[in-house]
Amino acid sequence: MTNDSIKSGLQQVLTFVLGSETYGVDILRVQEIRGWSSVTKIPHAPAHVLGVLNLRGSIVPIVDMRMQFNLERAEYTAVTVIIVLSVQSRKGKRDFGVVVDGVSDVVNVDDSQVKAAPDLGSREATEHIRGLMPVADRMVVLLDIDKLIAGQLPNTSDSEDQAPAAAAA
Amino acid sequence: MDLDLAQFHSSFFEESFEALDGMEAALLGLDVGAPDPERVNSIFRVAHSIKGGAGMFGFKDVASFTHTLETLLDELRSGRMAVTRDISDKLLLSVDVMRAMLTSVQRKEPVDMQKVADLQFDLEMIVAQGAGGTAAPAAPATAPATAAAASSAPAAATAPAAQPAVGNGAAATGANGGSNAARWAIEFRALPELLLRGNDPIAIFSSLAELGKLTVVANMQAVPRLRSIDAERCYLTWTLDLESDCARDQVDAAFEWAAVDCELTIKRVEAGASSAPSAVAPAAVVEAPVVAAPPVPVAAAPQVVEAAPKSVEAAVASPAPAAASASTAPAAAAPSPKPADAKEPAKAAGGGEHSSIRVSIEKIDELINTVGELVITQAMLSELGRKLDGSVAEQFRSGLNQLERNMRELQESVMRVRMLPISFTFSRFPRMVRDLAQRLGKQIELKMTGEQTELDKTVLEKIGDPLVHLVRNSIDHGIEAPDVRVKAGKSPTGIVHLDACHRGGHIAVEIRDDGNGLDKSRILAKARSRGLVGQNDVLTDEQVHELIFMPGFSTAEKTTDVSGRGVGMDVVRRNVKELGGKIEIASELGKGSRFIITLPLTLAIVDGQSVSVGSETYIVPLTSIVESLQLQPQSVNRLSGRGEVFSFRGDYLPIVRLHELFGIEPRATALHEGLIVVAEGDGRRIGLFVDELLGQQQVVIKSMEANYGPVDGVAGATILGDGSVALILDLSGLIRVAAGTARAA
Repeated sequence: MTNDSIKSGLQQVLTFVLGSETYGVDILRVQEIRGWSSVTKIPHAPAHVLGVLNLRGSIVPIVDMRMQFNLERAEYTAVTVIIVLSVQSRKGKRDFGVVVDGVSDVVNVDDSQVKAAPDLGSREATEHIRGLMPVADRMVVLLDIDKLIAGQLPNTSDSEDQAPAAAAA
Repeated sequence: MDLDLAQFHSSFFEESFEALDGMEAALLGLDVGAPDPERVNSIFRVAHSIKGGAGMFGFKDVASFTHTLETLLDELRSGRMAVTRDISDKLLLSVDVMRAMLTSVQRKEPVDMQKVADLQFDLEMIVAQGAGGTAAPAAPATAPATAAAASSAPAAATAPAAQPAVGNGAAATGANGGSNAARWAIEFRALPELLLRGNDPIAIFSSLAELGKLTVVANMQAVPRLRSIDAERCYLTWTLDLESDCARDQVDAAFEWAAVDCELTIKRVEAGASSAPSAVAPAAVVEAPVVAAPPVPVAAAPQVVEAAPKSVEAAVASPAPAAASASTAPAAAAPSPKPADAKEPAKAAGGGEHSSIRVSIEKIDELINTVGELVITQAMLSELGRKLDGSVAEQFRSGLNQLERNMRELQESVMRVRMLPISFTFSRFPRMVRDLAQRLGKQIELKMTGEQTELDKTVLEKIGDPLVHLVRNSIDHGIEAPDVRVKAGKSPTGIVHLDACHRGGHIAVEIRDDGNGLDKSRILAKARSRGLVGQNDVLTDEQVHELIFMPGFSTAEKTTDVSGRGVGMDVVRRNVKELGGKIEIASELGKGSRFIITLPLTLAIVDGQSVSVGSETYIVPLTSIVESLQLQPQSVNRLSGRGEVFSFRGDYLPIVRLHELFGIEPRATALHEGLIVVAEGDGRRIGLFVDELLGQQQVVIKSMEANYGPVDGVAGATILGDGSVALILDLSGLIRVAAGTARAA
């Protein structure tokens, strides 16, 4: 799907802020944007998986992007935002929510503007990045959410991170 | 035009199958000698509307057969002929034949014309004889009979060709892979009762075909002459060649239900022996009689089949005038069937006494979800309403109360949409019992109660096979032959009782018979000889009964010819367990047995006890809870300084602290400040330590795996009244995790 949208040339990207950086995701993948509400913890889940929420009757896991990107933790407040995204995984379509600091804008992106991410020495650091692009005077990191989430959920990775969820809260 | 009609096919089939079920039930209730005219009428209407529908959609063979049937029924309806045992048997057979025809037509497979032509001939004979018997002119009466006889000859010749066509069709699709995959050579020798017991070889073959390339060759050596064929017996054996890497278990699974009714040899042919399929096929050619020169081009077969109905149709045309001429004037005015008249029966079918509409399950599930959401929203509003002050607040609250009431009703009605009465499953038993009893020479009366008990459609569909198995067992092994019963001082007629009822949020289905019961000493002896039980072990009744659920135990009994139950009981129990139910046995030697299956009403809802730990709420399924209690500090013992145990009814149970297991900050850490929920899973009990008990409620189970993945010790999640999510505990998983943690520590 991401590949398809790259081919099509022009696409819309939802940008959001995390710490001092701006990230972008394909807007067609965004299901919903909602305010923070407390989640139900999942036992034995990785630390960045905060828990699950009720999204119109289905149970959706919530991932903290700050922890995901090794940023320092921020307090969850009324203005903390959850973006609900749908990803394609080996087990089919899944919905999950990411906690971000705030949603910024929807921008039109032409593929020619997207630059490949420079090699930072480790594949892990960049494999979920589709590319970089300038918007106004800032750099936006375009995320490949399929790859990003592939390693996060059980049965899609062999993550040994069994830290109790309590440590996350 | 064809395209326009095609969209109505599926509803025609559904309605027809339903109508046939009704016809079967009416036939079974028909009193020989003094039939209820209304019943005969309703049977007639079924035949008539199927004929009309089939004519309209161009299913000629179906229309032709139902026409003959209708002719006979018209005779019965008008009272010109009396209902005899033979006629009602034939009519029941007609129901089977029509079902088979409609199924074949629905699947666009060639119709097995042999049975059809045979039975049609019999029906015509009955009509002809009946007409002759009532002083009708002899000439017109015999004419159709001879015409029919003539027509059945070509039908007889073509029919055998039609049968292998099924096999060859499979062969054509499945054969000639020639690759190097592993093969399974299967000899499937069905006992004559195979079909009678409700097993369908075609279904078995198609499930095998899912495993890999399948070649089926039917051996028809044992098929007798047409006139002596019993339509309910199975005369065929099959040689199957399955090209697949699948495990033996998977092959066995396909024969699971049929295993008792056939001789089965399954051999693995190692990879590379690619000549195997061709080697199997010629062998079959040699065995098979003239007709079976197997690779009849598949295309040729349907032609042959098509030819048959035409000749039959020609024959059918004549009995109708014969019937008309035989009857008196007013009767002639009565519905003399007009094949071209297609609209009228369609109307009749639409205006039947059950007024219902068909809705897909997805639509209903969507509705259930939406209503669930509404309930949560309503709960949130009520919460808000309580906090409101002011002059309108009171009005607002009373409005909310009304909303809540309506909401509850709405939710209940929506849940009920998915529920169907268990009579949908029970309805197949009268026929099965009647046929099996006849076959086995036993006198059996089937009693059914609680047919209106409703349960979820999914559960209903899955409980059918296990029930059939249990009823079959009761008839086969439970009820004794009439003379044996008389000797034992019982009535010669055995009673099999099927009963369904609600029992505390569950459905209990009971199969009870007054037969010989389980012979515990024999079961025990068998188990001892097989080393399952030590020579000197003393077992309770329950433990002995448990033995018949052991896989393979039953088949061993069967081959040594020890009478007793347990044929495929392990499969029955597995099926029941998959539905979240359980099966119990009570039996007394010489008096009979009771098999009680307890099932959840629905798979979507569970009765749960909410418990809180720290700030989290969990749901413990009520079925897993034994008891809840508060412990005094002195009643807890420590094992080697680590594991805590407490005494519960003579057993020592380990204490599992849920907060430790799930990594939550609890409100209570001292055991006497919280509560212990004694719960069991997989036959093991633990004391689950929680902060407090909240309340019991029914919760809708939502999948965690849809968006996340499996979590150890968690069966799913549910949405609470305030919109938040609570996890539903899976005690079996939890006990496993706890045991693992204990070992690790």
